[in-house]
Order: sequence, then C-alpha cells, then structure tokens
Amino acid sequence: MEPQSCVNIHKEWDIVGARQLGREMAKRLGFGTVDQARIATAVSELARNIYLYAEKGQICFEFIDNIEHRGLCMTAVDTGPGISDISQAMQDGYTTSGGLGAGLPGVRRLMDEFDIHSEIGNGTRIKAIKWVR
Amino acid sequence: MRIPILKLHNYLLISIQTEIDDQTAIQFQEDLLDKIHKSGASGVVIDLTSVDIIDSFIAKVLGDVVSMSDLMGAKVVLTGIQPAVAMTLIDLGIHLQNVPTALDLEQGLLKLQQELGV
Ligand SMILES: Nc1ncnc2c1ncn2[C@@H]1O[C@H](COP(=O)(O)OP(=O)(O)OP(=O)(O)O)[C@@H](O)[C@H]1O
Ligand SMILES: [Mg+2]
Repeated sequence: MEPQSCVNIHKEWDIVGARQLGREMAKRLGFGTVDQARIATAVSELARNIYLYAEKGQICFEFIDNIEHRGLCMTAVDTGPGISDISQAMQDGYTTSGGLGAGLPGVRRLMDEFDIHSEIGNGTRIKAIKWVR
Repeated sequence: MRIPILKLHNYLLISIQTEIDDQTAIQFQEDLLDKIHKSGASGVVIDLTSVDIIDSFIAKVLGDVVSMSDLMGAKVVLTGIQPAVAMTLIDLGIHLQNVPTALDLEQGLLKLQQELGV
C-alpha cells in the first residue's frame, strides 16, 4: 500500500469505502482492534459530515513513521459552506441536521490530535492523528 | 441491501451480518417496524456480534428503533456489542442508557422473557 492514499466522498456509499480504507491502513500500521475501531469510526464521522454538509470532498491518509513517532494521519477536506462557529460545532449535542451532534466532539476524543480550520464559503479542513502506542 | 428479520414464536430475531451503510440502516428501521406491526411480536433481539463499527448515525438509528418499537408495544434487546465498539461509543459520548442490552442472543431472549413476564 502507498504511504498515502485518498478517497473521494461524493455519494453515501463512499462513507463505507472511506472507513474500510481507514481500518485497513490502521491494521497495516499495527494498531490493535480497539484503535482500529476508533480510527474507522472517526473516518466515518468525517466522511458523513462531508457528504451531509459539503456534498463532496476528500479524505487522505498518511503514515507517519520516524524515529520519534509512528501513527496514522487523516485529513478531511471539503469546499462546502464552512462552519461559522467552530466552538459551537465542537460541543456534544450540537447539530443542524437532527443528528446526535456526536461526530466532531467524538472524533476529537477518538483520535490523539485534532485540528480544524473552516472558512465560511470556502470549506472545512480537519486533520486528526492517532499514535501507535 | 436488506437485513433479514426472522420470526420465532412471539419474537423477532435479527443478526446483523453486513456492513451497515446509512440506507441499509434506514431500510432496516422501516422493515422492523412493519414486521412488528404485521406479526404482533412482543419482543425483538438485535444481535450485533458481527458489527465492527457503530458510528453516531447508526447509533441514532438503533436508539430510535428501540424507542419506536417500544411505542408499538415491542421490547427490544441489543446483544453481542463488541468490546471495541462499546469503547468507541463511549468516546462518541453515546451511552445508550435506556437501551436494554445482553451479552449474547441466548441471554437476550432470557432478558425478554423476564421483562415480558412470560
Ligand atoms: N464539513 C462540514 N461542513 C460544514 N458544516 C459542518 C461540517 N462538519 C460539521 N458541520 C457542522 O457542525 C455540526 C456538528 O457536527 P457533528 O458531526 O458534531 O454533528 P452532526 O453531524 O450534526 O450529528 P452526528 O455527527 O452526531 O450525526 C453539524 O451539524 C454541521 O452544522
Ligand atoms: Mg456528523
């Protein structure tokens, strides 16, 4: 497998494809079953958000492998409407679509590092990393 | 894709064996409510032993299925939730507090019998 691979998200089934690829990458890096499930779940949340709110975008996975660190980095990018109030969107239970509002705060807890940038009218970019322990 | 629903006496049994996409989840919700209505089943066991991911959407559908079935007079028990899935649900902040659960299908049926006082 390439050290970097991306999936396009533009139809509902791509959510399944993305989380399967995420799990596959996690397995290759030697993550245990619990972390594999965490990574697959985080991918599923980010992919669904792209599909629901931005219609299309991309998720890329990258191995981080150097002397200090081993881990999996995922970057979810879309050119959708953007998020006006990020701290509100990061709150448990906040949703504009009748969901549980568990996605974004969940991804932050499922992963070790989390970084979100969003600009109204320009889109959203979320980067999250899980380290191999 | 459709998730098969089996009838056993007064119960409906579902063992989810496929990767659940959103459409399948919604279809399952409809099919189950329909089957409860048609069969008059008083209990339902949904076995999740083969399910290796439950994200916020699937969790919402499952929680809704439990409340909706309850409204229709059928008790639902979820069984076989994998340890890794239980842990990710907690990370998501989803506690499924009002949802009856059991270790496996057999325990699930026992739990139904107790709850329904059969
Ligand atoms: N990529 C995105 N582009 C635009 N808005 C977004 C994006 N991702 C999330 N949002 C906004 O942030 C809110 C919170 O997202 P989050 O994933 O936490 O919850 P949800 O999608 O509403 O529900 P759940 O994920 O539990 O099904 C969303 O309701 C939406 O308004
Ligand atoms: Mg979401």
